[in-house]
Amino acid sequence: MAENVWILGIHMTNFGKHKDKDTLDLGTEAVFGALKDAGVTMKDIGVIGAGNLFGGAGFGQQLQKQVGQTGIGVYNVTNACATGATALRVAVMAVKAGETDMGLAVGVEKLSGAGLLTGNASKDTSDTWTPEGRYGAVTGLDGRIGTETMPGVFAQIGMEYGHRYGGADFELFARISEKNHAHSTLNPKAAYQKKMSLEQIMNDVMIAYPNTRPMCSANCDGGAAAVVVSESKLRTLSLEQQKRAVKISASVLTTDPWQEACQVLPDVNTLTRQAAKTAYEQAGLGPDDLDLVELHDCFATAELVHYDNLGLCEEGGAADFFSSGAPWRDGRLPVNVSGGLQSKGHPIAATGIANIWEVAQHLRGEAGPRQIEGARAGLAHVIGLGSACGIHVLEKAA
Amino acid sequence: MDRVPLVDYLVLGDAEDEDPYLVAHECAGCGARYFDRRSACAGCSGQDFLDVKVSRTGTLRTFTIVSFAAKGVPVPFVAGVVDCDGTSVRGNIVNVEPDPGHVTLGMKVRLTTVPVGTDSAGTEAVGYGFEPAA
Ligand SMILES: [Zn+2]
Repeated sequence: MAENVWILGIHMTNFGKHKDKDTLDLGTEAVFGALKDAGVTMKDIGVIGAGNLFGGAGFGQQLQKQVGQTGIGVYNVTNACATGATALRVAVMAVKAGETDMGLAVGVEKLSGAGLLTGNASKDTSDTWTPEGRYGAVTGLDGRIGTETMPGVFAQIGMEYGHRYGGADFELFARISEKNHAHSTLNPKAAYQKKMSLEQIMNDVMIAYPNTRPMCSANCDGGAAAVVVSESKLRTLSLEQQKRAVKISASVLTTDPWQEACQVLPDVNTLTRQAAKTAYEQAGLGPDDLDLVELHDCFATAELVHYDNLGLCEEGGAADFFSSGAPWRDGRLPVNVSGGLQSKGHPIAATGIANIWEVAQHLRGEAGPRQIEGARAGLAHVIGLGSACGIHVLEKAA
Repeated sequence: MDRVPLVDYLVLGDAEDEDPYLVAHECAGCGARYFDRRSACAGCSGQDFLDVKVSRTGTLRTFTIVSFAAKGVPVPFVAGVVDCDGTSVRGNIVNVEPDPGHVTLGMKVRLTTVPVGTDSAGTEAVGYGFEPAA
């Protein structure tokens, strides 16, 4: 049987505006932070998974040229919002396969001021209508046949859930956002740390009903990195390193299996449900064993459906789960105590490692004022449209 | 005036007594339906397809009202997914006030055409949308 893999060190930079730092500065800060936390150096690392979407080609090698060209293989990965989790999976798989006993994963994005991440503003290449592409379209389709904007796509995903099961309206979605903004006030690394009232959230600029601006993930800059180690190697390290190491009890990546309508409106549910099922099996844990969850709240409408997809509630019960107070930090199963993507921020390729950093902080008992007391197990989830879903289940060292 | 459809799966129905309709590519193996040009079926990997007419009426499965979009996209507009007798179709909901008081989940809608614009040769492009049917 393949070896267990542990997180030996992990770091996230502050999320927000980093005017004077470029992608490589943030990557360097994340990598050296993780190495220091792990108590190792670049010389100990046998493989790198490197994630970045907007910084240009060969990010991993560019970063090596700043932090240490040791000659090891770099795997540059992109998987939309699941890029960070994918980079981590690369390192985890290499260690599990026995190719190396220590790997590094890093994800970085410079996204401040990026504005709306949408479809493509259409550019007509001809001044007469000419059918192009797989739909034979004579011009851009965004806004003419539905929407390609992320807030609009995820709005429909939440509304569809509301239609199927009831109980989800504009106010409920806004209350989810209220929770995450409140949680972020305890997170000094969050891009936004301001509490927002329900009224403020509902009366803010409407982006795509029912998502107003604060209900959308915050574009910002940030990086995160993790050092992973095989269990046998870990047992040769210091007691302090072993005590702070966090077990990766499950590491799963899925894509969306074909379903009716999945090429009409992205189906973010089926692949998340499958990833969750596999992750709980791998970990030998269920949702009731979790002490906290960081899930992909790219929009308030997305958080609701993932309560259900991750099995945090019974099928169709996401609205009741939220209304019971369960996902608040003092509730039965705290969700996004970091502030989530809506308030902590969403530097895309960093997100899938940053959410693991958050869970690890709690499992180590190092989360400061926002510590979930006695946390022993947590789950980190990301989803990138296209689609890819990454889930990691983490456990405190025994 | 010459007219062309916005997308090749829209049939304008210019002949007399013919209403506009959408055509899906249906997998001969498993019945999965698609609107784009296919290399193969995502459900069963089959490569044989037949063109089928999609129901012109349906119910609104989900929607959003987009108030903020890329430059050049007029807002607000209602984007949604319509269940046309078992085939899901992406489209705008048109001929309705773009506010949550007038657009409701589950409402009955029917296919209609909408003007897109005229090119330098004087050809009009025509798109589609769904309007309230009740
Ligand atoms: Zn098929």
